[in-house]
Amino acid sequence: MDAQDLAAVWLTVKLAGVVTGLLLVVATPLAWWLARTESWLKPVIGAVVAMPLVLPPTVIGFYLLLVLGPHGPIGRLTEALGLGGLPFTFAGLVVGSLIYSLPFVVQPVQNAFEAIGRRPLEVAATLGAGPWDAFWSVALPMARPGLLTGAILGFAHTVGEFGVVLMIGGNIPEQTRVVSVQIYDHVEALEYVQAHWLAGGMVAFSFVVLVAVYGLNRRFAGDRP
Amino acid sequence: MSQAIEARFAVVRGDFRLEFDVALPGRGVTALFGPSGCGKTSCLRAMAGLDRAAGGYFAVGNEVWQDDARRHFVPTHRRSLGYVFQEAHLFPHLSVRENLEFGRRRRRGGDSRFDPAEVVTLLGLESLLERGPEGLSGGERQRVAIARALAASPRLLLMDEPLSALDLRRKQEILPYLERLHDSLSIPVIYVSHSPDEVARLADHLVLLDGGRVVASGPVQETLARVDLPPIFADDAGVVIETVHQAVEADHLSRLGFADGSLCVGQRPEPLGSRLRCRIHARDVSLALHKPAASSITNILAGQVSAVEASDRPGQVLVQVRVGETPILARITERSRRELAIAPGLAVWVQIKAVALLA
Repeated sequence: MDAQDLAAVWLTVKLAGVVTGLLLVVATPLAWWLARTESWLKPVIGAVVAMPLVLPPTVIGFYLLLVLGPHGPIGRLTEALGLGGLPFTFAGLVVGSLIYSLPFVVQPVQNAFEAIGRRPLEVAATLGAGPWDAFWSVALPMARPGLLTGAILGFAHTVGEFGVVLMIGGNIPEQTRVVSVQIYDHVEALEYVQAHWLAGGMVAFSFVVLVAVYGLNRRFAGDRP
Repeated sequence: MSQAIEARFAVVRGDFRLEFDVALPGRGVTALFGPSGCGKTSCLRAMAGLDRAAGGYFAVGNEVWQDDARRHFVPTHRRSLGYVFQEAHLFPHLSVRENLEFGRRRRRGGDSRFDPAEVVTLLGLESLLERGPEGLSGGERQRVAIARALAASPRLLLMDEPLSALDLRRKQEILPYLERLHDSLSIPVIYVSHSPDEVARLADHLVLLDGGRVVASGPVQETLARVDLPPIFADDAGVVIETVHQAVEADHLSRLGFADGSLCVGQRPEPLGSRLRCRIHARDVSLALHKPAASSITNILAGQVSAVEASDRPGQVLVQVRVGETPILARITERSRRELAIAPGLAVWVQIKAVALLA
């Protein structure tokens, strides 16, 4: 691997790390709301969150480009705030990845919250814990397997994305050129050996991650009283 | 400290309508008793504020927790109460000790009514403290759940059929702990049950619910002795009597005294002077007009018939007899009633075939 490959690996890890952290912050309240609400909005919001599962990445990338671009509503806002345009920057990649990986985090966390049910929170209330307190002291710890699964899947899925990155990030070394794009470049240039190093690494990484997720799920399922 | 509890709720769920309006004593165990689906749990949840029953009023002593007329509703977590659910629902991510700490650290109201160490001893949890909930038996879990509710030092303890999820052996394992609680707790307990046995053992005050209505509410001795209610109890109709272990007699017998007489039972291990609660089933009591001269039955008391009512079974009647002031129920056949001309006012001899000790 040369310096460019290493830079791509580092950028990928950085992107996935930042995105996973932000995803947990965004997805946890969203999953909590989806798990507990009886609002008619639930299927609507649930569908919006799940859209990236079924849409081609190019569609998401295309619309993100429009929305974030200099003539899009968010693009105008970021320009006005002096932040510059998001497309073809690392920040733009983060925004795109957030949306693209959101369902992979929301769904396991939502399932975990739903599996807890209302009762432990009622118990907490009868012991003097208000809603906010019960969320931190009971719901979150009890949902830990779901949060861990969500974090791992969110990280792995961000590492593995290609289409959205290409549409909104382009191919700028050390800015937006992540591993999947670097592999594409190698293949285009018929540099199969270099491609193998990165592609094989991705295969090994994905395998390890999935083994970890399934192992975790089994361990926590066995723990249930 | 006999601050009464006042509860008025109307709960409507589909076709089901529950009207609940009672005043309960501010100490001792009140049993909410009735068949499944009569609204017992709905009542308890409304008292806890877990469900908001419309147009409700609920006050414990001088604390008003719900008064919809004044748009006043204290959310559950600000009510100083303990709630024991049918299932223990221990927090799986916390050890037994941490489960107990959970409520203690969130105690509402400044005063600590229970010493946490005392609660642990009372429920026999010393050896379980460092363990996680998943390793405990059903009975142990339920004991931890009760201790957890008490560790929060509530001023009211609500228990929703805490034994119903346990098998008979586990029930027998927990009941003694509940009886110890009954004797040592200074706070009122409201105990939902559909088991006549639990009611007879634990309750001081009894509220009977049927079809969403309060059928009766009163001290347990008086209420269990009413001849007009027993269809709810069916074969378990009978009275409870509070007695004191008076003497150990020859032939391995113990004499138990009550306000208006005494009963003779197999020798009891409890020290003299202990309070023992007895249960006498109506089916184990027969009546005679003359004192039986030669009978194998040891407990024969003189009394006066105070009420007669047809029972839930064809051909049988329930007779309430007062031995002094103490009521006893007898289930006899309609034919016997006619032939002996049993009617209120008649002096009779009460023959008690079996006395069940509940302590």
